[in-house]
Amino acid sequence: MVPRPHTVRRVWQETHDTFTLELAPAAGDGAAPSSFAPGQFNMLYAFGVGEAAISISGDPARPERLVHTIRAVGATTKALARLRRGDTVGIRGPFGSQWPLGEAAGRDIVIIAGGIGLAPLRPVVYHVLQNRQNYGNVVLLYGARSPGDLLYAKELEQWRGRFDLEVQVAVDRAPATWRGTVGVVTNFIPRARFDPSEAVAMICGPEIMMRFAVQGIEELEMKSESIYISMERNMKCAVGFCGHCQFGPAFICKDGPVFSYESVRALLNIRGI
Amino acid sequence: METLERILAAHPFFSGMEERYIQLLVGCASNVRFDAGQYIFRAEEEANLFYLIRQGKVALEAFGPERGPIVILTLEQGDVLGWSWLIPPHRYKFDARVVEFTRAIALDGTCLRKKSEENHDLGYEFMKRFSQLMARALQATRLQLLNVYELNP
Repeated sequence: MVPRPHTVRRVWQETHDTFTLELAPAAGDGAAPSSFAPGQFNMLYAFGVGEAAISISGDPARPERLVHTIRAVGATTKALARLRRGDTVGIRGPFGSQWPLGEAAGRDIVIIAGGIGLAPLRPVVYHVLQNRQNYGNVVLLYGARSPGDLLYAKELEQWRGRFDLEVQVAVDRAPATWRGTVGVVTNFIPRARFDPSEAVAMICGPEIMMRFAVQGIEELEMKSESIYISMERNMKCAVGFCGHCQFGPAFICKDGPVFSYESVRALLNIRGI
Repeated sequence: METLERILAAHPFFSGMEERYIQLLVGCASNVRFDAGQYIFRAEEEANLFYLIRQGKVALEAFGPERGPIVILTLEQGDVLGWSWLIPPHRYKFDARVVEFTRAIALDGTCLRKKSEENHDLGYEFMKRFSQLMARALQATRLQLLNVYELNP
């Protein structure tokens, strides 16, 4: 697959090491913007440097505004961080599985995100809010390292102001001036307003955090078939050929990144996979 | 009317506790309220009380002269504040600062220790609940210490 050139429309800093790119197909490309499903990712190519798999974090109802939130940690993502308005980036995708929004219809949804794990879940929030009547109680539990590491702070504030969405935010550490919650995000689980017997959980964040989140949810006797997690591994080809992202019998790029917890539960306990 | 007995029984910490024990506890309990900015207790003070938070938010803080106050944890509705009353030398280890107006039930630790000595079944009920609370707090603290968001690019 050949990367399609896209033009950077806007770039803005979310936190000290995380930024968001808004992209559009380059002029003369001719093709319509690719639609995507919440949970899917694109391969972003910083020309001359390399490709990185990045979740799509924008609104699935507005595919013409292709949005990716990226943490600058390696050579490719640091090169992407240097892009400015009008620059060109290559895109392959969208790839991968999606969050189970169809299965969640008519049920409560609990979304648990940690750190940059909120980015692949933001399209879920957009979709749910646009189709609010199709879902029961919706809860977003978000944890980050510090107040300065919170993604989408303005949107979180807007969402907190809604009566049809419960938003709880916790940070691991904070100065005394912080008026929000300090503690681990999993502390919210027992008191969040959702019916564990009927709800669907969607979890994305560091694997350790996801493990604790699943434990917290299972203590409420939620069925493990109703729990979904998004996995992350080093992806290269994104179509299941190269094997870089092999996870037991599955490939994260092709079979994931969103998996039912039941399908990967045993693999998560095997060291070195 | 909302009696102390009902409030105690409704708090998650006492969930499932037999009524006869709740009745014993009522004599050690009182309704309290704190304004934002107020300190419920400070580190090194004698720990004679613990609190069942009914409403509001309280920050547990450690103070260092170089760094000022550092928030370790916030506690909210349904949480329990303070277990130093249970463990010698019965002194608070952190400051408890009220972030938002807070209503709570204060339980007198001296009174509870005395009742628990007299009635070991009650004491065992307490120890079961507090050991669960402590285990959860320890697990959460370990998770905080792992700094997991730093590890995940």
